[in-house]
Amino acid sequence: MVKLDVNGHLHEVDVDPNTPLLWVIREWLGMTGTKYGCGIAQCGCCTVHLNGVAVRSCSMPVSAVGGAKITTIEGLSHDGASHPVQIAWLQHEVPQCGYCQSGQIMAVAALLKQTPKPSDADIADAISNICRCGTYQRIREATHTAASLTTKA
Amino acid sequence: MSNRIALGRRSFIATAAAVGGGLMLGWRMPAEAAETAGSEVGIWAVIAPDDTVTVRIARSEMGQGTMTGLAQLVADELDCDWNKVRGEFVTPEANLASKRAWGDMSTGGSRGIRASVVYVRQGGAAARAMLISAAATRWKVPTTECTTAAGVITHKSTGRKLRYGEVAADAAKLPVPTNVPVKQPSDWKIIGKRVKRLDTKDKLNGKQVYAIDVQLPDMLNAAIAQCPVFGGKLVSFNADRVKTMPGVRQVVAVGDNAVAVVADKWWQAKTALAALPIVWDEAGNGNVDSAQIADFLKQGLDAPQAALGQQHGDVAGALSGAAKTVEAIYGTPYLNHATMEPMNCTALVNGDQVEIWVASQNGDASLAAAAEAAGVKLANVKVHKLILGGGFGRRGQQDYVHQAVLIAKQVPGKPVKLIWSREEDMQHGFYRPIMQCKLSGGLDAQGNVTALHARLSGQSILAYLAPSRMENGIDKLAFQGWLEDEYGYMAIPNLLIDQAVRNTHVPVGFWRGVNHNQNAIFMECFIDELAHAAGKDPLAFRRSIMGKNPKHLAVLEAVAKKAGWETPPPKGVYRGLAQNCGFGSYVAAVAEVSVSPKGELKILRIVAATDPGYAVNPDQIDAQVQGSFVYGLSAVLYSENTVAKGRIVESNFDTYQVMRMNDMPKVETIIVASGGFWGGVGEPTIAVAAPAVLNAIFAATGKRIRSLPLRSHDLAST
Repeated sequence: MVKLDVNGHLHEVDVDPNTPLLWVIREWLGMTGTKYGCGIAQCGCCTVHLNGVAVRSCSMPVSAVGGAKITTIEGLSHDGASHPVQIAWLQHEVPQCGYCQSGQIMAVAALLKQTPKPSDADIADAISNICRCGTYQRIREATHTAASLTTKA
Repeated sequence: MSNRIALGRRSFIATAAAVGGGLMLGWRMPAEAAETAGSEVGIWAVIAPDDTVTVRIARSEMGQGTMTGLAQLVADELDCDWNKVRGEFVTPEANLASKRAWGDMSTGGSRGIRASVVYVRQGGAAARAMLISAAATRWKVPTTECTTAAGVITHKSTGRKLRYGEVAADAAKLPVPTNVPVKQPSDWKIIGKRVKRLDTKDKLNGKQVYAIDVQLPDMLNAAIAQCPVFGGKLVSFNADRVKTMPGVRQVVAVGDNAVAVVADKWWQAKTALAALPIVWDEAGNGNVDSAQIADFLKQGLDAPQAALGQQHGDVAGALSGAAKTVEAIYGTPYLNHATMEPMNCTALVNGDQVEIWVASQNGDASLAAAAEAAGVKLANVKVHKLILGGGFGRRGQQDYVHQAVLIAKQVPGKPVKLIWSREEDMQHGFYRPIMQCKLSGGLDAQGNVTALHARLSGQSILAYLAPSRMENGIDKLAFQGWLEDEYGYMAIPNLLIDQAVRNTHVPVGFWRGVNHNQNAIFMECFIDELAHAAGKDPLAFRRSIMGKNPKHLAVLEAVAKKAGWETPPPKGVYRGLAQNCGFGSYVAAVAEVSVSPKGELKILRIVAATDPGYAVNPDQIDAQVQGSFVYGLSAVLYSENTVAKGRIVESNFDTYQVMRMNDMPKVETIIVASGGFWGGVGEPTIAVAAPAVLNAIFAATGKRIRSLPLRSHDLAST
């Protein structure tokens, strides 16, 4: 049995401890907002927070989580809309297909915790998630907007 | 269940008069929608008592914004309140049952809007006429005395008003009128506006259910291995070695070239599949590699036999009489679509009934593929179309649907979700065709172009996927951008464009932008080479051969003006330009780059212009242009699929690299909506991304890059 704290809820999961956190979240807990894209920590679709830090859950065995608090896209805000990154994403109409956006949003939310006012260069360094639709320009613009919302708040 | 995934359908039957047929339609709505379901006013709009308008969408939404654009077209003609509009997919089985009342469901070739525009606008206009008619009847006044605005009908002389929601039930009982005139562009209120997309909110919090997210009671999961060598077959597998592994239920052959493990969870299926001994028959292709393919194509560059694309004048004569000739050979690699959501499909086979949950660019084709794989009638298939996690042309093919049904058939009564690993997805694509091109140009003593010959050698998409679309054995699609209706340099006096078709065992397909991508690189870089040889400015040189193509020239002039082409760029910054016409739109771009002495390329700025005729949603056009540069620049900078031992070498994003945030230039868009036609916007701009950058690199370094990707080249100054 593996114990997990996901979005403030405690779960006990009967699963092979080598199973990647991503698949435990998706298949054992049934939360599908976190996406599978590559399985080798390249694309970032699977990004979640561990104690507030962005990690790529596809390449982390569930046994390595320990007691860390996991936050998924479903738990980023209480209403699914009010986190500054979500507000900025809506304002800038960032998503196209949207498949990578859970990961993009989680990566940017983690960046803003560490670097509340990131420069373009900070964003380029920190956000390496892949978007095949090509929403990078709007991600960049919306990240600046989210930063200003965060500062105001 | 339905609340959790918003897929369970409360089946209810509503009636509608189908276009032309007056058929009774079976219409199943998602449970959520059913609660507020209103009246079907015609076949394109359902209007609820609270004035909510649900617009039916037959095309697929894969990020390109077509759902929103199509809804805008209907809503504008309907004259309803945009804030109360939402979209809902037409099901393929409803389309089938109504003899395709909603038209073609295929979504590719940037056709989503431009090929639907006539009938969806007419549908909106017809619905408005029905609503007016219902109100006029209630008021006992002539319809001509009624006007509409934002979902309210007004009787002009008395000032009486009725909301659409109040008369929709009456309107739905009326016959659907035909030949209702649509609005003039000057009367548009929603078309042409930067309205918000209809599908954003759920994409921000994990609620959007993609096909890969579908969860059904008793669902099992399948992981698949396909013969790594294209054309090869499955010989045998040893299921005993994995059947006791956690969660494993079954190991099944899938057709004649694949095997799947079915397990409780996908991760368990994938783990067991990795441990499964499999024997393949490589069908004689196991020694093919990229070098052989390159040689094979090279032979086509001078082959006597070639399929003719376009010809006028006497190219051979003009080239031999030219004061100066220029020759160059270009080449582009195979490219995988690499949608972020890997191929997947969920299927349930129950006796002779089949149900699938799928992300597809062609709902009709998914239905047909499922019926064929299950061996049942078309009428026995239900298709749940979901928003796609990327398409780019890949999801027009139905191989993964076929496989899912073949697997589910062997697990009757239980839904099975087939997910391809990224590795399967990367190595079993329908790749952008590999191509080489030899270009020969002639200049007179004054540096004017007298002749141009472009000889393509490479694979034909239509020969592989749709031979019936070939004309007299010729794949006209191979010449995208170069036939008379698209080519921008028709003033060149002697012109020859042809292709030596060289097909290999590697599957090819429609990769966003299709053959425009490589053709525009070949042509726009070579025109730059000719301009350089003539000692002329690339813009002025192009102007001299664009006299017969004013729309092409207009977008080129627009980007040149905004980029400040006529004034020198800042020190260390270099510019390149390119233009193209495809998918009914005219596009051009200027790229600004810098290259360090060590050869580090920085793409600083892109100015891009699009003339789609009419612009339905400028904000979404901006988004498509920005995204097109990412797709196109990925191919310039990094991406390549190579072949060794008959199989694709690259297996994931570590080896098949794509562009990320750190390479993203600022993209400035110009929309030149010249009116009078409806062009596509999802694809055209990709074609100019590469040549604009490559021409800027030449300006910066003096190096002509004639093969891609750039990461194989050294741009350092020597």
